[in-house]
Formats: sequence, C-alpha cells, structure tokens
Amino acid sequence: MPSLSASPDGSVAPALRVVGTRPVRPDGIDKVTGRALYGADITLPGLLTGRVLRSPLAHARIVRVDTSAARALPGLKAVVTAADLPPAPDRIEDLGEGAIDLRYLSDNLLAREKVLYHGHAIAAVAASTPEIAEQALALIRVEFEPLPPVMTASAAMKPDAPLLHAGLKTDRMGQRDAAPSNVASQLRHERGNLDDGFRRAAVVIDRRFRTETVHQGYIEPQASTAHVQADGQITIWTSTQGTFAVRSQVAEVLGLPVSRIKVVPTEIGGGFGGKISVYLEPLAVLLSRHAGFVPVRLVMSRTEVLTSTGPTSGSDLRIRIGADTSGKLVAMQAELYYEAGAYPGSPVGAAAVVSFAPYVCEAMRVDGYDVVVNRPRASAYRAPGGTNVAFAVESVIDELAESLDLDPIEMRLINAVREGDRRPDNLPLARIGYVECLQALRQSEHYRTPLTGRHRGRGVACGYWGNWGGQSSATAILNPDGSVSFNVASTDIGGSRASLAMQLAESLGIDYAQVKPRIGDTDSVSYNDVTGGSRTTFATGWAAYDLGQKLAAEMTARLAQRWEVAPESILRAGGGFASGDRRVDFAEASKLVCEDAPLMVSTTVHPKGYGAAFSVQCADVEVDPDTGKVTVLRYTIVQDAGKAVHPSYVEGQMQGGVAQGIGWALNEEYVYNEKGELLNGSLLDYRMPTACDLPMIDTIIVEVPNPGHPYGVRGVGEVNIIPPAGTLANAIHRATGVRLTALPMSPPRVLAALWEKSGYRP
Amino acid sequence: MQAFDYHPVTSVSEAVALLAQGASGACLLNGGTDLLAQLKEGRRTANHVVDLKRIPELAEFRLPPEGGAWVGAAVTCRTLSRQAGWRNRFPGLHDATHLIGGVQIQGRATVAGNLCNASPAADSVPALVVHGARVHLAGPAGRRIVPVAGFCIAPGRTILARDEMVVAIEIPPLPAEFGAAYLRFTPRNEMDIAVAGAAVAVDLDGEGSHYRSVRVALGAVGPTVIEVERITARLAGRPVAEVSFDEIAALARAAARPITDMRGTSAQRQHLAGVLTVRALRLAISRARRTQAASPTGDYL
Repeated sequence: MPSLSASPDGSVAPALRVVGTRPVRPDGIDKVTGRALYGADITLPGLLTGRVLRSPLAHARIVRVDTSAARALPGLKAVVTAADLPPAPDRIEDLGEGAIDLRYLSDNLLAREKVLYHGHAIAAVAASTPEIAEQALALIRVEFEPLPPVMTASAAMKPDAPLLHAGLKTDRMGQRDAAPSNVASQLRHERGNLDDGFRRAAVVIDRRFRTETVHQGYIEPQASTAHVQADGQITIWTSTQGTFAVRSQVAEVLGLPVSRIKVVPTEIGGGFGGKISVYLEPLAVLLSRHAGFVPVRLVMSRTEVLTSTGPTSGSDLRIRIGADTSGKLVAMQAELYYEAGAYPGSPVGAAAVVSFAPYVCEAMRVDGYDVVVNRPRASAYRAPGGTNVAFAVESVIDELAESLDLDPIEMRLINAVREGDRRPDNLPLARIGYVECLQALRQSEHYRTPLTGRHRGRGVACGYWGNWGGQSSATAILNPDGSVSFNVASTDIGGSRASLAMQLAESLGIDYAQVKPRIGDTDSVSYNDVTGGSRTTFATGWAAYDLGQKLAAEMTARLAQRWEVAPESILRAGGGFASGDRRVDFAEASKLVCEDAPLMVSTTVHPKGYGAAFSVQCADVEVDPDTGKVTVLRYTIVQDAGKAVHPSYVEGQMQGGVAQGIGWALNEEYVYNEKGELLNGSLLDYRMPTACDLPMIDTIIVEVPNPGHPYGVRGVGEVNIIPPAGTLANAIHRATGVRLTALPMSPPRVLAALWEKSGYRP
Repeated sequence: MQAFDYHPVTSVSEAVALLAQGASGACLLNGGTDLLAQLKEGRRTANHVVDLKRIPELAEFRLPPEGGAWVGAAVTCRTLSRQAGWRNRFPGLHDATHLIGGVQIQGRATVAGNLCNASPAADSVPALVVHGARVHLAGPAGRRIVPVAGFCIAPGRTILARDEMVVAIEIPPLPAEFGAAYLRFTPRNEMDIAVAGAAVAVDLDGEGSHYRSVRVALGAVGPTVIEVERITARLAGRPVAEVSFDEIAALARAAARPITDMRGTSAQRQHLAGVLTVRALRLAISRARRTQAASPTGDYL
C-alpha cells in the first residue's frame, strides 16, 4: 500500500511521488527546436491557398456581391460567399466557455445581408498560389449601402441608436421586450435589501468605469486546412482549443452529420479562449469541395486576427459599495454594460458572478447588460469578463479601505468569503483558499518590505474565478515493456500533456517517463470538451486518475488468475504487484499481462467538484510625472492551486495571466476612428507588453486541496488575469493621488489625470 | 505581395537609369525594413525593385581626420554602432541609430533609408538635423548636396525627384565642446514608434558654462521634423544657468504642431516636446562637459 502522511489540515493523504515534481514536458524539445507542427505547417499534395475578403466598413447593407471577374481569373479554383452556406440553424450550441447561437456563428463566417464590423468576412477564395488568391480578392466587387456605426455600449443604448439586428429584442430574464434593441439581454442577481444596506453605511463610494476592447494576443494566427474527399469524408487540421467543438460547429453551420468530419489538432501557439469559435474551418471545407475535392489551407494575417477574430468586451461599469465604520461591507451594487461585438454573447454573465464573489455582504444587486456594437464578435479571453469588473470593484474597495484607514489586505480579510458563503448568484462556495492567500500575501517578503522613493506606490487586489469541469475522455494502452500509451483529446495549451501524464503515472505508481501522452483526433478518442475554463488538469486529470485505477484493477485481476489467488490478496507497492512471496514490478507485470491479451482501458468522466480559484496580487509601481508612464517595479501573485501538479507550469500560468493583465491595464486597446475602422490592427500599434516592459513576476502557490479531485487539484489557468488592472490602478493611486477610472491606464490618460489634479493646462 | 523584377545593381548610374526607366513602378531597396513591410501589407506596389546594397560607393564609411563623418547610403545602423568613435563623436546620432529596432533590424536598417521613408516619427532625422548633416544625391543630371533639414517635405514625401537617389550622408566637423542627445517617448520600452522625439546639440564655451550655439529638432510633433529656432536664438551666447529649463520647455511646446492619432494625443505630444527637449538638453550639456556616460540606453555590443 502507498505510505500515508498527514497533510496540513490534519486529514490523512497519501504521499505523492510524481504530482508536485517538475519534469520536462513531452512537447518541449520539439517546440524549442522548431520541429513542432503548428496550424500553418500542414502541407498536403496539391494544397491550395485560401484568402478571405473582409469588409472595409463597420456597418453596411450588402447590396450585391459580384464574383464573376474573380471566377474568370486563371489559377483561381473556388470562390464562396454566404450564398454557399446552408440556411442558418436557429439553435444554441454550448461551447463550454460560452454558448453560441448558430445563426450568429454562421452569419459571422460569411456576412449575409449586412456587414457588422470592419473586417467581417464576405467571401473566400482558393487558388494555386497566394498571389492569384490575392488578385482574385481584388476582383470581387461588393456594393454597399453604408449605415452609421454604433461603437460603444452607451451609444448603442441611446433611444435613437441605429439597430444592428432588426429582430433582436431584449431578453429580460426570460421575458422578451416588444421593440427591437441593441441590448440582447439583461440579467440580475439580487439578495437582501439594498436601500437598507446603504442606509446603514458609514461610507459609500459610487464610481463609473470604462474599459476598452482587448485581444487575447496569442502568437499563432488562426490556421486551418480542410480536405473534402470525393466520398464525402472530411478531414480538418486546425489550431484549436477543442477538436470536438470544431466538429460540432462545422457540422451545424454546413448541415453535415458529425460522422463525416474528422478534426485533427495541430500544436497550438496560444488560445486563451480565442480558439474555440470557428472562423476558417467551414470556409476551408466549402472551398475544398468547390475546388474539386482538393485540400485548401487558410492562414490569417496578424491584421485579420486583430480585426476579425473575437477580442473580449469593452465595458461601461458602475459600482456602488457601502461599508460601516469597522470596514464591514453593508451594501454592494453593480451595473455592468458589456459590449458583445456584432452578435450577442458578451461574458457579462460570468462578470456578474465574479463581481462581488470575494466579499460577504447581505445586500447585493448586480445588473448585467449584453449590448451589440459594430466591433468583432467577442469571444472568450482567460476568465472571460472578469478583468473588467474586478478593475472597477477592486478600485472601489481600495477607496473604501483608504477612507476608513484600513490596510487593503485587512479590508479584504474583514469581508472575505469562506466555505459555505454565497456568490452573487447565491450558489454556495465549497472549500476555498481565499483567506489563506490573503494571509500568505500579508506575510510575504514583498508586502513586509516598505516601498520607498518618490512617485511610487503599492497596490493590492484580488480575484475570484469559478473554473469549470466539463466532460473528458481518455484511453490508456499497456505496453509489454511497462510503458503506457496515453491518448487524450484535450488539446494542450498550457503544459497539460505533462500534468495529465503525471497524474496517470501517480495513479499507477509508475514513473512519469513511462507514460507517453498523445493528443488524438476526433475519431480516436471519445467526446471531450474544449480546453478552457481552467478545466483540463482538473477534469482530464480525473480521467487520467481513473484510467490508472482501472488499468491497475485489470492488471490485478489478470495476475490473480495467473497466480490462482484472490484479487483482494494482491497488494500494490511502488507500482508493483505482490501476493504472498510472489512479487513483480510494473514492467514485469506488464509483460505477463500482455502475454495473456492486449490491454487497453478507456474512461469518460464528468466531474462536478471543480473548486473555485482565488488570486491575490500586489504590485509596486513608479509613475513618471512628466510622461505619465507607469513602470512596474515589483509584482507578487498568491494563488490557491489546490494542489500544484507541476509547480513550474502553475507558476507559468500565474505569470502569463498577470503579463496579459498588465498589458490590458496599461496599454492595450482597440483604437477606432469615427467611421468604425480599426486603426491599430498590428502588433506594432496594438501595444502588448514585451519582455522589456515586465518585471520578474514572483509567485506564491498556496495549496488548499480541492475535495472534488483525488489529488486536490483546482484549475489555475484563468484567475490570475482578473486582479492586475485593479492592482495597478490602486498602486498608481498611491503613487500619484489620482484614481484612474478607465482602461488602459496609458501615458496620455495618466498625464491627463495628473493635469486635472494639478490644474496644469498643456 | 505581388511579383516584381529584382535588380541587384552595382553602380549608382545603373540604379539611376533603372529609376528613370521604371517611372513610378520602381522602388529602391536598401535595408528593406520599411519597403518589404509596405509591399507585403499592400501599402505600396512595385514592378521593379532596385537593390542598392551591392554598390561599393554606398557601403563607404569614413571618419575624415579633419572631423565629421561620411556615411554611405547602404551603411547599416549596426555597422555604425560598431565603429570605433561613432558613439563618442556623434552621441546624438548614436542614440538614434541605437534605438531603431532590435539588433536584427539594425543589421539591415540604414540611416539613409530612415530619412527617405520620411516618417514624421523617424528617429534618426532630428539627430541628423541638429548635427547639421547634408545629403548627397545622384540623378540623371548629376549630383547635388542638400541639408537634411528640409529634405522631408510631408509624411512619406521628400525633395527627391522620381529618378534621384541618396548616395551618402555627410556630417560636418564638430567643435570640441560639442554634446548632443536624442530622446524619444514610447509607451513600450521596445518595439514601438516615437510618440514624440527631441534631438539637441550644444556647443559650449571652454569652461562649459555658456552656450555658444544650440540646435533643437523635434520629431513626431508635426508632419516633418521641426527645428526650434527660438531656442537657438534665446540660448546663443547665454550662460547655461541663466535660462530656466521651464522656459526652454515652453519654447519647445510652442513650436510643436502635433496631431492626435492611435499612437498618442495632441496634448500629450505637445507636453512631451517640452519634457524631452529639456531632458535631451541636460544630457547634451553633460556630454559636452564629458561628465556623463555617452548613452543613456545601454550598449549591447
């Protein structure tokens, strides 16, 4: 039997041999030597190049699309427009990180009656060379009837605002309005008596905030190749977070049975939620068929990625919070207006839960509005919706703490949620490690070291993310040499091949090196939800654990038969099997077992006990009062990981989330002109931070085991992007005395705020 | 990108002849750091691309004994940074050539190309102006020499005739108590375009206490580089301690004529013109007095 040791909370847990170590990832060498195959690396005999024609206008009726001149071009093999798509199904598909109306998905692939944003796809072509494909695009004539663009939630909600969708009527918790509107839906979470709460408050802070559209910024552009064979079978190679999600979306929008489609995942150069919805795959399939059953590859340019794939929502927010003299929160109110882009589906629902989740308060009301505007359709981005609302809430909490002369960590400890407390949507929290994170930050070297120097300030903020479980499938094949071939369908965007193989090795009691993980296509592994929602190491990890248990049980049964003993008499130790004086190690057992018959086990899991994640962060900044530039001097993250399966990759997730959060907070934004044209559609002018802009980001992993997982794992991928904007806003305030209420807190905005405070006129 | 004919010429006369024949469809390729991006993104088209890097005359770099420098049009920023004496003799130019791109870009990019691209935000142009640099041009009718100040006439436009090209940039001999600096502001520390830039050159008296002459040129705050002549007039012959930096900043702000675009706001740029002018002036003075390291940007050699 495995040895036992007491864990810090007093319960008894088995000592872990593999989980918690830091082995090299299986995909590491190929990636650092450039051999790994990404979406754009797929090549096939006779491969054609595809290109997409995109709208130069933000909002216009399409009068006519004339492709005749393009079709006449020698070397051009296919042209498709919305006319080649089957009628759009009016149905909602759950993609894991957000549900999607298939009608809107279809319309987003190729515009039908209207273009709804600068960059909206109108037609796609396939040709024998990229030059011919580009020439063909130039020959397609599109006649537009321009319409006024609607660029922000506040503009879209004006009574006389132009409507994006004539048939869109506000859904208010199930009740449809009579008149059409740009507000797709309104939701409300409420408890207690808000007015009574505010009456009891000694201090009330009421502020409005604005955040801009930002992009995930994955470094690999979307890239998809499709081959429709003459017998109707379709293979799609694509860079995606979810092969089954691609299969179902393609099947639905093209009206095909899923059995005809096989999706093969390539390596993926980042996704962060942006590679769940399809953009190119259905177009590649259509082009392949129209071109005469030859493969077609579509690869986006960086500009197309920025103009035409889902960024995340900009938002208008109002936060009003009251506290009594002891710092206890007595009333909390939020109004959240999230820009969904061209079609309904902003992450305002998740934002409404994130909003006040870290705080205990008896009187609460959160109103969320999903508003369509003439920007690209929003898609998931790492803890979708969380960063916007936490920026606003954490700024107000900081202001309350300051006005009550409370330390910001103390303010949060006074009001911190614990097991059994309820989220804004009234769902109770299971065992969480939020208080432990706050205490760990308070005791950290960073927080205990006073910050000195002019124009410097320290900020603190926290964040909650609910995580997700979802369905996962996997198979394990026992090899006679004692190794295990491990097939999963969870695409690996964050080191999950390593974290999953480690859990299987742990479950079997064997070494990590004995497990050979491989990511299978949709025909080789059973159904699997997308890699998203911080679920893979948790849920597919459950599957890995379960496979280990099943494989060991089957090996035990076969050895019992061979040894003619009762299976219960066989003991397991160090991966080996023993009964009486008979003892074999795992490799010997494998050889014996495989002599009887090949052994493969499969499992499908749908674990519900995904534990919530909390992150608490602290930043020191220096603000140049002459230029408004904010330099991050020092940054520390504390996160409850439940159990860090591979601590280096947990730290990587923590640092990655914060790096993106710092970019969002300080410089990233979509800049549009008054016509709704995106002006900064390049990585030169869409200013994501580079390595030169970030300090070393320190990490402190707290481990409060999640009771819903055999090793205590919680998802760790997303929560860290939630606190950075609030952390930095609070630090800037303490450095300068000004509160920035709009993101990004870029140099011109900081300067303007400093000038307003000092009365300086430029 | 569409197909074009590629001409790797080996003489200035060949290049000029191709320009004359090719009319508007011919482009000169030097380092290519602007041209290739423009062609790929469809912002420019070319039927003929004339590659200048094989012309021996354009690769010449000389530091004549009497002072100054001769920088052939195809000499890269990286080559300049590695020349003994470049950084110490021309610190303001070194600031600029050192800032343009990363090491790989600097290995291709040229100062002549930066000038001919005529971006209002070009980093090397304000520095060239305050160093009093001159441009040597070649065309079908022969050669001519023009000052860098006035070479660019609008964003993306220069005084070059369609069949003319830059052969070299000449920097005149500099006085002994000379100091210069170029500073720019970018929200990111690398991989960014100047929101505003300022180059300052000073010539101090022997004690370093009086300005003999001062030149200030601002980048990215107007359609072309703006030389702040009122600062030159105000400071000439004055003690360094006499004129406040606030007054100098105000003169720089008054000269700026910025716009608001995706990279910054007009108010921000106007303000930065003053901030950067003063910071560059202080650095130039300390360099003239030899009291401070030559480059604030560090060195990756």
